[in-house]
Amino acid sequence: MLQTRISRRHVLKGSGALVVSFAIAPSLANAQAKPPMAKTVAVDQVDGFIAIDAKGAVTLYSGKVDLGTGVRTALAQIAAEELSVPFERVDVVQGDTALTPDQGITWGSLTIQAGGMQVRQACATARAALIEMAAKRLGAPKDALAIKDGRIAAKGGKAVSYGQLIGGKRFDLKVDAKAPVKSPASYTIVGKSVPRTDIPAKVIGTFTYMQDFRLPGMLQARVVRPPAMKAELVSFDDADAKKIPGYVATVRKGNFLAAVARGEWAAIRAAGAIKAKWSDWAGLPDAAKLWDHVRATKAVKDEVFQKVGDTDAAMKTGAKTLSAVYDFAIHTHGSIGPSCAVAEFKAGKLTVWTASQATHLLRKQLAKMLDLTPEDVRCIYIEGSGCYGRNGHEDAAADAALIAKELGKPVRVQWSRADEHGWDPKGPPTLLEHKAALDDKGNVAAWESLVYIPDRPKGFEVTLVAAELSGLPKDSAFPGNIHQSLAIPYSFPNVKATARWLSETPFKPSWIRTPGRMQNTYANECFIDELAAAAGVDPLEFRRRNLKDPRGLELLERLTKLAEWKPKSAAAPAAGDVAKGRGVSYIKYELVRTYVGVVADVTVDRKSGKIKVERFFVAHDCGQIINPDGLKNQIEGNVVQTVSRTLMEELKFSRSAVTSLDWESYPILTFPDVPDVVIDLIDRPNERPWGAGEPAAAVVPSAIANAVFDAVGVRLRSVPFTPEKVLAALKKG
Amino acid sequence: MATSLNLRVNGRARRIRVDDPQMPLLYALRDDLGLKGPHFGCGLAQCGACTVHVAGEAVRSCRFPVADAANKPVTTLEGLSTGKKLHPLQQAFIAEQAVQCGYCINGMIMQAAALLAKHRRPSDAAIKQALAGNLCRCGTHVRIVRAVKRAAAMG
Ligand code: FES
Ligand code: FES
Repeated sequence: MLQTRISRRHVLKGSGALVVSFAIAPSLANAQAKPPMAKTVAVDQVDGFIAIDAKGAVTLYSGKVDLGTGVRTALAQIAAEELSVPFERVDVVQGDTALTPDQGITWGSLTIQAGGMQVRQACATARAALIEMAAKRLGAPKDALAIKDGRIAAKGGKAVSYGQLIGGKRFDLKVDAKAPVKSPASYTIVGKSVPRTDIPAKVIGTFTYMQDFRLPGMLQARVVRPPAMKAELVSFDDADAKKIPGYVATVRKGNFLAAVARGEWAAIRAAGAIKAKWSDWAGLPDAAKLWDHVRATKAVKDEVFQKVGDTDAAMKTGAKTLSAVYDFAIHTHGSIGPSCAVAEFKAGKLTVWTASQATHLLRKQLAKMLDLTPEDVRCIYIEGSGCYGRNGHEDAAADAALIAKELGKPVRVQWSRADEHGWDPKGPPTLLEHKAALDDKGNVAAWESLVYIPDRPKGFEVTLVAAELSGLPKDSAFPGNIHQSLAIPYSFPNVKATARWLSETPFKPSWIRTPGRMQNTYANECFIDELAAAAGVDPLEFRRRNLKDPRGLELLERLTKLAEWKPKSAAAPAAGDVAKGRGVSYIKYELVRTYVGVVADVTVDRKSGKIKVERFFVAHDCGQIINPDGLKNQIEGNVVQTVSRTLMEELKFSRSAVTSLDWESYPILTFPDVPDVVIDLIDRPNERPWGAGEPAAAVVPSAIANAVFDAVGVRLRSVPFTPEKVLAALKKG
Repeated sequence: MATSLNLRVNGRARRIRVDDPQMPLLYALRDDLGLKGPHFGCGLAQCGACTVHVAGEAVRSCRFPVADAANKPVTTLEGLSTGKKLHPLQQAFIAEQAVQCGYCINGMIMQAAALLAKHRRPSDAAIKQALAGNLCRCGTHVRIVRAVKRAAAMG
């Protein structure tokens, strides 16, 4: 082992000087990333998606990754089915920029719906090609061939295996959009609750999460974060850090400061021992006046996303007008395992192991930040702790890449809990104003909504924290398609739904599960409940009356049965200290896909203000179901996580920084408060599959609010529904 | 000053050198011994991802000084099953598919194992109470409770 004391100065391209001081250099042993094989990653090539070896084993290359949702298994089911090979024969490689096609970010509930269908079509193309090859080889007509378990047989018993036909060779074929796919009636793998392939290793402790990944000779780093988000690093003194056994280096670039050590604990201690002087910064709004701030933020433009008839005129002539203002707090992703990444920079090439949901995009961002070409960067996905949108994974990758490039050694960066809660991008604060007019018969004559949301730049990037702190090149932040589901599924004669794009938002925004769709649906489905009550009509019946979509109506029918919904014409608040209520909510996701209807059963304690969600009934139609049990797992997760967000979650902050930096200050739902989830899956094998990772979450906040109204007769219009807000609403009456 | 410590992890004697006896046990298990069962979640004893058993008790290894574990039996998720058969909880978590990302599952199983060692047939409420300090962000709770019940019925 080399044990010399060296120090040097580096100047990175870009602004500012980078200071690196080494203490003891670690072992020179260095890990090799497996060199990328000569493989296309083109999305229009069969070889982009699949390879079959001589033994007939199939490797599926998926640009969409498993974020803990089980899609690794579901995608393998789709591939095995369409290729007619046993499920066990399919292995999945995910999110490796050198190996997997760029299928876009794993987001938006699109992995099965979009990514899975690309896989299906690639496999269908491969299958047709294999039949063609077999027909030639066997000297038999194509339609006389039978395919089973990766073998193609002619009448009379002559057969050839996929391994013999293509083993180890490329297809060299474009994905054919017209290649015939199998008839769902013949499915034996799709539609079955195939057990997830990752679960055994996860319950015996042998699964390698991103956080478990190690390279030989790897160093450990911790970033020293400024106490105020945009403070400048004035100076630092790392004399004490240098005394810690195992200390290796301090890395500074602009306001980016990190301690590097040989062991993780040494890195934590070294980071804690660095005395840094930061400038003051207090640019955040007053948290107590957040909604005034949002309303007063400069608007870039108003954009109308749904327009029917003339709401202005209809508002004036309505017999009764109603209006309501809803707000939805800033949320953090809160992965249980803080973000982590490992990076290695060798011979001008950067390799990053990351739990990023967007390795192809991250690759471009890292290249830009470090002045490399994308070809010089390889990002390899390793499953991390569950992620529900763009959280801190990419930022940890950027931290690791920046440090690794400076030190020339593999570096692991593990974020602390405070890093995760304090520095992941946030679900932005969302304010919605709704207005409606009812005619004299209680029909909705006009509906208007206005949502205040941060503007979207063109790209999908969310700025990397390391690039911000270090002053290296970066892109602007994209908050997600948060205007979606503002438009409503109900056929009112006059409708106008408007997004007011704002020039700024207090925290760097990104998408968190059901981004925008949750907030917009919350307000829409609460407001329609308010209209139903004003009209004196049962809320489920009121929705039904205003829906024309037969598939939506069928779903509401199934929900009515599942929940044994009994119509009520008006809320008669229950007596007693603990009141029970039930509320309904409905969505057709983004008006173009998955249908979900829910009924929530809640109790409200009038004395303490505490809401307990006892049960959720969920009717769910996402078309063709790939794996029913996996789907149920997702729906349960959607409900439980969103009950937590609705009842408890709210980012706390001072004028300088996030102050809810742990689970005590940002509590989430725990076991005693978890509701039962009762699910009715509507399977439509002959329809295309739609997403299920988000839609069920969209309807949760409104169903709870509507149930609370049913229980105690007050409307909750501000998420989270904390006991204080419930008590205040009860007092107001 | 580096010192040596004798640990007994999953039935094996392990000797490690530590610079800081106050280093949490978690880092010894993960970094020195290369174990992947116990996870870092918060380092604050707030989430349970790092749970292991020390002398039969479930402890949060992220706040448990490694020196205090010296010479005591330490069991991690990797060592929960004896012999070839999986622990009933591990079997039950697979049977119920009680995992989403699974990052929290180490803590769920280790905490539940400590519960089942004392109460063979806990009620739903007792299970939920015993796991109240274990956080899961994916919302796998419903299945986790089912899996613990299933394991209890097996044991
Ligand atoms: S990591 Fe130990 S309790 Fe969270
Ligand atoms: S399964 Fe992901 S945190 Fe529990």
